[in-house]
Amino acid sequence: MKKLNTLYAWLLLLPALVLLVSFTHAPTILTVWDSFFFAGRAGQPARFAGTENYLLMLEDEVFWQVMANNAWYLIGTVPTSIAIALMMALWVNSKLSGRSLLRLAYFTPTILPMIAVANIWLFFYSPEIGLFNKILDAVGADPVNWLGDPDWALPSLMLITVWKEAGFFMIFYLAALQTINPELNQAATLEGSSRWNSFRRITFPLLLPTTLFVMVNAVLNAFKLVDHLFILTKGGPNNATNLLLYYIYENAFSFFDTHYAATLTVVMLIMLMLLAAIQFGWLERRIHYR
Amino acid sequence: MYRSIFNIVSGTSAWVLGALWLLPLIYAFWAAFHPAEYATRFALDAPLTLEHFYTAWEQAPFPRYMLNTLLITGLILGFQLVLCTLAGYALARIQFTGRGIVFALILLQLMVMPEILIVENYQTLADLNMLDTHLGVGLPYLASAFGIFLLRQTFKTVPQELEDAALIEGCSRLQLIWKVYVPLAKPTYLAYSLVSVSYHWNNFLWPLVVTNTENSRPLTVGLAIFGAPESGVEWPVICAGTLIAVGPLLALFLIFQRQFVQSFMHTGIK
Repeated sequence: MKKLNTLYAWLLLLPALVLLVSFTHAPTILTVWDSFFFAGRAGQPARFAGTENYLLMLEDEVFWQVMANNAWYLIGTVPTSIAIALMMALWVNSKLSGRSLLRLAYFTPTILPMIAVANIWLFFYSPEIGLFNKILDAVGADPVNWLGDPDWALPSLMLITVWKEAGFFMIFYLAALQTINPELNQAATLEGSSRWNSFRRITFPLLLPTTLFVMVNAVLNAFKLVDHLFILTKGGPNNATNLLLYYIYENAFSFFDTHYAATLTVVMLIMLMLLAAIQFGWLERRIHYR
Repeated sequence: MYRSIFNIVSGTSAWVLGALWLLPLIYAFWAAFHPAEYATRFALDAPLTLEHFYTAWEQAPFPRYMLNTLLITGLILGFQLVLCTLAGYALARIQFTGRGIVFALILLQLMVMPEILIVENYQTLADLNMLDTHLGVGLPYLASAFGIFLLRQTFKTVPQELEDAALIEGCSRLQLIWKVYVPLAKPTYLAYSLVSVSYHWNNFLWPLVVTNTENSRPLTVGLAIFGAPESGVEWPVICAGTLIAVGPLLALFLIFQRQFVQSFMHTGIK
């Protein structure tokens, strides 16, 4: 019976497993394998490179710039979108009139494709006719070349990302807030605790698991969401907005250097594994709470 | 006194933020429905026009892109529902050696999504001779770790007695899944479907890499080509094209707003 069960389970899992292995596990291993080779010239088989690709990567200035950009992008988008999401959730969860309309307004960017979003924002940022520069002009300030100025380009992209994902993260906070017993806050108010104190001592600690969940997702997005770069900056000016996944794409499909792209993908995989380790550590802890 | 001032300030900021959040979309509507000279002039008496929609419709094969997107998202969702049900059931209810390891290996896909592995997956698809096909765009996503995980969690809450009773009645395993587990997991199926459709309707990088022609190119990729600055399309026309592309999903969202929000919540908590 046990053997039959095992066979049955494997049969049920087989279709999903074949696909997952072919498009997740095998390519992960192949990526690492490919990073140790050079492309063969004109139909020749690939040559063994040892750690050569990695040494080239460490000397590649663009690589370091891309990593720095990604770090800034992460620092700029993750805490901001979490803070705004939390604020939105508190508002939508309060007794504000018309809060379902408000929820709709906050959530709508989530369901728009990043490409469409970028198309719309491109106009806001455009130097001559863009809305932002019109506003600057109206208050008598100098115009800014939002996407063309290396100092402004990355922050401009960050703003779009925060706008796009804050409403998505709000949903998770909203779900968590609805599970908090309102008596806790009522009791605190009776005891004379200020609103800020109640939030700090009761609500915020209870939202901590949600915050960690949202944070992992926000970090993941900072690595994998590069769609807007294709419309807005193409990684420019002069790589000022180039992010790791976009650089991988460029190397593989614009410069046709798949082995270097594989090497960069290994860096990406290491980042994701670290993130997984953090999340797993947290999940473990959460299980112990129960 | 202090409380009521706080309430007013807080309520006002909530609405200001809400307005700011809607502004880009409202603006896209404004630009798309008014003549080009009103693109940055906000006059209440600006005449309405559909000319930008006609132009956009003529300049890019939107019906074809839309058909491709529908086929790709439909194909992915259909396969996902079947494959994730089978795998989710096996992981939730059958005791077998290696279950923990298999589950952990499946969950890896939550972190390492197919779009991260574009280099190798593109090669695989080229080897299979499936570049520029609908199935090719969908293939890496047909089995979803997220779907398997969600269904496994839901199936685990189904009382074991129901399964035992059905087996005594002489149901086969597949009948059991179809007649007992699937009906009880309906809310999860709905939630997962909405999340999956919005993800794949909006997906860009992988379709960009594996499609070459309008035979399989989805809306997002078509829109990126259409809206690229070097294509020289006028701004209001780009807005109109963008609205055509997001229209169906946006309409679906506005109609089923509550279900959407609850679905996204549902998939986040588990």
